[in-house]
Amino acid sequence: MNTLAIDMRGVFFSYEKIPVLEDVTLILNQGDFLGILGPNGGGKTTLLKLLLGILKPDKGEIRVLGESPRHAKHRVGYVPQNTDFNTDFPISVMEVTLMGRLSRSRFGKRFSKDDRAQAEAILRKVGIWDLRHRPVGSLSGGQRQRVFIARALATDPEILFLDEPTASVDPEFETDLFEFLRELNQTVTIVTITHDVGVISRHVKSVACVNRSLIFHEEGKITPEMIDMAYHCPVDLIAHGIPHRVLPFHTEE
Amino acid sequence: MWEVLQLDFMRNALVAGILVSIACGVIGSLVVVNRIVFISGGIAHSAFGGIGLAFFLGFSPSLGAALFAVGAAMIMGAVSFRARHRSDTFIGVLWAIGMAIGVILIDLTPGYHVDLMSYLFGSILTVPLSDIYMMMVLNAGILITVTIFYNEFIAMSYDDEFAFIVGIPVRPLYFSMLGMTAVSVVMTIRVVGLILVIALLTIPPYIAEKFTRSLSRMMAMSSVLGILFTLCGLYLSHAYDLTSGATIILVAGVGFFVFQCVGLLKPKGGSAP
Repeated sequence: MNTLAIDMRGVFFSYEKIPVLEDVTLILNQGDFLGILGPNGGGKTTLLKLLLGILKPDKGEIRVLGESPRHAKHRVGYVPQNTDFNTDFPISVMEVTLMGRLSRSRFGKRFSKDDRAQAEAILRKVGIWDLRHRPVGSLSGGQRQRVFIARALATDPEILFLDEPTASVDPEFETDLFEFLRELNQTVTIVTITHDVGVISRHVKSVACVNRSLIFHEEGKITPEMIDMAYHCPVDLIAHGIPHRVLPFHTEE
Repeated sequence: MWEVLQLDFMRNALVAGILVSIACGVIGSLVVVNRIVFISGGIAHSAFGGIGLAFFLGFSPSLGAALFAVGAAMIMGAVSFRARHRSDTFIGVLWAIGMAIGVILIDLTPGYHVDLMSYLFGSILTVPLSDIYMMMVLNAGILITVTIFYNEFIAMSYDDEFAFIVGIPVRPLYFSMLGMTAVSVVMTIRVVGLILVIALLTIPPYIAEKFTRSLSRMMAMSSVLGILFTLCGLYLSHAYDLTSGATIILVAGVGFFVFQCVGLLKPKGGSAP
């Protein structure tokens, strides 16, 4: 691969003097599928927002696809953690999806036939074409999640960022989603935040753990170090049914 | 009814009511979905400072109101970007200061203070033709802006973070929305007065939101509802000799509760048409 998908070095960030991220370095090749683990409040979402250019680091260098995050942001897609906002807003599935076709360059223009065709293709791909006229607020959590994935895909991203995409959906959809993402990963770099260690073990290529600092493992293994950092209590983790095969000595295929 | 329309002031009132209802329908919808109802209230009340200044220095009160409304809108916009969680306090402070400046300046103005009440509660029956032309120009400006940037306004209103990521200039768009809100508020002050502006700006969109599936339809339905309320209120105020602004708002208020009950019976959603 020529340019790195993500190249962040020595990044510090704090909210009103409270340090959230300290000396974070993360290097990710294009085509990778990164899972980000970590406790609540550990800085996972902050990390994503730095990469999207929504937040600016206090210190350190961030490059996304070889550009500054602000310049690269139109080349990435983003699926937010919360999809149950503005549920009274009168907007249809199709309209939200088309939002992904907006950009600075076409400011103030109508959607073209091509935009609509692309939106249709994506809605069919994520399996909600039949719901295209429905108000987004009337959908179930899983359906709404698909809408936001469709919107992110409509931007034609080179990297897709997902913030806990399975936080509010049924387990069935979770499996479907990761199957879908794995297929998508053939052409798109994927970075997903998750608190589900099982998901990480089955689907991702590399894994990072964020809790103020960051540990990265490019072969997707969860090291005891990570577990310790993420949860401070391995016993509790096992009690939650972490599949045994994620442990480092396991081999797959 | 028809002989009433023969009267110039009544015709002007009717046209002014329709124009203001359209502006309130379009901008009020944006105000409601962006949750800036409080900002629009702050804009309306701080506009009173401008009215006071205009009396004091002897220029057009509408111009004074417009200056203060736009100024207040921009300051409130800047604050809500900077300190999101404390912006409501700041807006409340500007709201009160604007009113206080207005009252003090009018105190300091020598002479007889005639139509102070007309700014507080509106005076749709005294709208001159020149104001009607001005309203037409402003309405056209609002409609053109919202039509051209409709998709961007939706994106910003629905999810400003995503709008920012795809590269929409969210900040200029937000400030232009506030500017248009200020302009609509000044127009509406003419009809129902600054104390009642919020009602005409928010009641029709709030009702429409429950019955529509897109922002454009919400805007259209709000405008129609606004026209309905304004004309009914105007008729009742004429027939029973009541204050027009308050009557219009009461009609809107009744509409609000009627539709609220209807809305409980028939929630939106379900399958596509």
